[in-house]
Amino acid sequence: MATDMHAHGNLHAQTLENDAHVHHGHDEHDHHQSFVAKYVFSMDHKTISRQFLITAIIMACIAMILSIVFRLQLAWPGEKFAFINAIMGDKWGPDGILDPNAYLALVTIHGTIMVFMVLTGGLSGTFANLLIPYQIGARDMASGFLNMLSYWFFFLSSFIMLISLFVQDGAASAGWTIYPPLSALPLAIPGSGTGMTLWLVSMSLFVVSSLLGGLNYIITIINMRTKGMKMTRLPLTIWAIFITAVLGVLSFPVLFSAVLLLIFDRSFGTSFYLSDIYIGGQALDQTGGSPILFEHLFWFLGHPEVYIIILPALGLTSEIIAVNSRKPIFGYRAMITSILAIGFLSFIVWGHHMFMTGMNPFLGSVFVFTTLLIAIPSGVKAFNYITTLWKGNIQFTPAMLFACALVSTFISGGVTGIILADSALDINIHDTYFVVAHFHIVMGVSAILGMLAGVYHWFPKLFLRHMNKNLGYIHFWITFICSYGVFFPMHFLGLAGVPRRYYQNTAFPMFDDLQDVNVLITWFAIIGSLGQLVFLFNFFYSIFRGPKSTQNPYNSNTLEWTTPMANTHGNWPGALPEVHRWPYDYSRPGEGDDFIPQTVPLRPGEDDGGEHA
Amino acid sequence: MHYLIYIILILAVAAIWQLVRVVELSTKLKGFDPNKVTERDNRNQGRIQLTFFFALMAFCVWQYVAYKDRMLPISGSEHGAKIDWLLDFNFLICTAVFVITNFMLFYMGFKYYGRDGHRATYFPHNNKLEMLWTVVPTIILAVVIFLGVRLWNETMTLAPKGTRVIEIYAQQFNWKVRYAGKDNELGKSNYRLINETNELGLDSTDALGYDDFIVSDTLFLPVNEEVDFEMRSRDVLHSAYFPHFRAQMNCVPGMQTWFHFKPVFTTAEIRKQPTVIKLMSGINKVRAEQGKEKVEFDYLLLCSKICGASHFNMQMPIVVGTKAEYEAWTKRHKTFYDGKTKPALAANQ
Repeated sequence: MATDMHAHGNLHAQTLENDAHVHHGHDEHDHHQSFVAKYVFSMDHKTISRQFLITAIIMACIAMILSIVFRLQLAWPGEKFAFINAIMGDKWGPDGILDPNAYLALVTIHGTIMVFMVLTGGLSGTFANLLIPYQIGARDMASGFLNMLSYWFFFLSSFIMLISLFVQDGAASAGWTIYPPLSALPLAIPGSGTGMTLWLVSMSLFVVSSLLGGLNYIITIINMRTKGMKMTRLPLTIWAIFITAVLGVLSFPVLFSAVLLLIFDRSFGTSFYLSDIYIGGQALDQTGGSPILFEHLFWFLGHPEVYIIILPALGLTSEIIAVNSRKPIFGYRAMITSILAIGFLSFIVWGHHMFMTGMNPFLGSVFVFTTLLIAIPSGVKAFNYITTLWKGNIQFTPAMLFACALVSTFISGGVTGIILADSALDINIHDTYFVVAHFHIVMGVSAILGMLAGVYHWFPKLFLRHMNKNLGYIHFWITFICSYGVFFPMHFLGLAGVPRRYYQNTAFPMFDDLQDVNVLITWFAIIGSLGQLVFLFNFFYSIFRGPKSTQNPYNSNTLEWTTPMANTHGNWPGALPEVHRWPYDYSRPGEGDDFIPQTVPLRPGEDDGGEHA
Repeated sequence: MHYLIYIILILAVAAIWQLVRVVELSTKLKGFDPNKVTERDNRNQGRIQLTFFFALMAFCVWQYVAYKDRMLPISGSEHGAKIDWLLDFNFLICTAVFVITNFMLFYMGFKYYGRDGHRATYFPHNNKLEMLWTVVPTIILAVVIFLGVRLWNETMTLAPKGTRVIEIYAQQFNWKVRYAGKDNELGKSNYRLINETNELGLDSTDALGYDDFIVSDTLFLPVNEEVDFEMRSRDVLHSAYFPHFRAQMNCVPGMQTWFHFKPVFTTAEIRKQPTVIKLMSGINKVRAEQGKEKVEFDYLLLCSKICGASHFNMQMPIVVGTKAEYEAWTKRHKTFYDGKTKPALAANQ
């Protein structure tokens, strides 16, 4: 291993000496790290990916429980629930009835945790860390140290977000979008006091974590690909994660700027977002600012953020569908092009969240145009997945089921996006449950299904064992059925005019006939959450007692399956692998096996399938 | 009582754990790998997926049938009818895509489930197909964009000069409406002038405001006349949402926003519309079951931008009447300055 590290050269790209190895220097495979250095402040990408995953699972469970609390309130307003009192305590759930301020805090923190900690930290953090070094043929990330910091900033951010649930005046309550002035003025809502301050601190740390991670991923992918790993031989997983990281690096700083200006308005008397406000019996001094500035800054991140969420999920799906169909992913180059197109377009559509803000209507028209453009590459991806399945020899592992379900919900949620993108139509459905239905189906279902697909599929690389297949099937069907059950009826609520973030709908006779829809949704939500217990049991049980995995259990072509099924420091005990072909040589006509790993040299006369795909 | 639930949960987990161990051990004895995905698994999952597709379609159809009379009834505004048409057009396209692609997805799983000894067909790419599903969606989306942007531009042009102007003033947690009086001009306002007797901060030196009057219980509109709503907010972001008129606009502190529409049905007329009758019969049926009194259809203004604890109950009834009814209603209201000193007039004397 020592000789290899200095000897390997990469003809196609510059090689950065692996920081982790130079750091350990002469004693790389004999050094004894302390428990803390090896498992806590680990700089090994595999350990860090496990840390991200487990933290994200815990955060997801918490955010899911919060959602059950407010779903109970929405379905049965005024009913006393011991569960609500148990979770919320006597201050926010007196007598088992949820307090209206607490309701808004719950939806805010639920959204924040799910969007950032679970779907960004949990998806990108886990799979970028696990798969980048493995799939490009590197021993670890460019900087193990920055990688370690990226996790621990994520952990600190998550911890502070959870702490904010326990402050006296309540957690941040202005929605996960935290528009000022509501989020700037504690007088407007109690959660905008200490709770909001902690939210801002937590998110600042989260942005740091994302940037550290993202920079690392980009540098590693560009510089540390092994010999023969051209960009056009990268698995789509890596392409997706690569563009995701670029999106993050360009857009998270803008969120940070929005947060910073909000901190100034809250604490230092500035008026970036505030003007002409009379509250608490007095006219505030600030003039000249506009909440719309915040909205622009927020959504400049906010829109790329949703693509930061879905692109890795789509990347994982590409890999899982190809391997399990025993076919190349259909249209490899088109898939790369569509990832690039989605990445680029995602920066010029943010205004579709702002059609009704009072911004110039002409600007609205521009955003309608760009947003509907982004539907085209998204559609190409969906059709390519379906064509990959055509005439395949499909192995339905639980991961494969989740990946197919991702395609289904990506389409279902995507088409309602087309309606919302039409500003004239948005007039009547903006800020209603139609929007809630749309974004949950694409993020809360589709992206989560992708994350679960990834967990099931790469469980052997994470934990050297397999999860139980039958429990996986049960978990899948409960989750998939309940997902459609929870979110499909919400479209009708939105079309009937029911606004978002309403504590209850009983104040309006016009919504009396919709209460049973809320009950149906809540029942599906309860059953769906309980179904996750199957996953939690399967996940944790299999870590310790799952059947041990063979080296390449799925007969897959990518490089991660050429490492030993063990926690090998530096991934390959000998030399780094050399790559000769693209990763999608499945069922190549005339060959023996129905797969040819990337490390197998081309035979005379054989061409690299990726050259013209 | 709680402890019982925890104990049950722990026992349930332990029971599942033991069951899994039993299954594991028994299959080890039988000598096959329970985690291996078999042809039977593939066939079953393929079948279940196709079944799921039909069940999902049935569920969607059921929802549509069960809920269609609970949706918003016929539009109360002129532009709203065009929005409704465009929505139906879009839904047609989206429903077609939803049904066809989901069918293809789950059918593939059903037809091409993994069989032992079978080999997949190597089909890495096909430019014609890629062209097909790039060009066709582009054309469809071009039509959608064109129709949508055209309607948006029509709806969002500035109201023609002379359009009746009404101010919607939003605050935590109610609406106030200011009518502009005979001169159809709203007087200036300044948030620094707000106090208990001057809730909207009206500037008494502006003579244009002397015929303004403020209403806090009902927004009354004359039918068949375009109205230009000027929105303001006192404290935080709110959103004036008029679902029956297909109208919405954020109320932004520090800025004046606007939205204009023309009501085409009086309250009395719309109550006779078939979609409204169906809607109200459904609502009243539910209310009767709960022992609540019957209600008639009313237009409504609600808040649809999170604004604080009572965001869910920030409403104002809207009544649309004939021109005569509107004039009569107007006369019942005193102007804001009635009985107060008017500095501009006094200065001119």
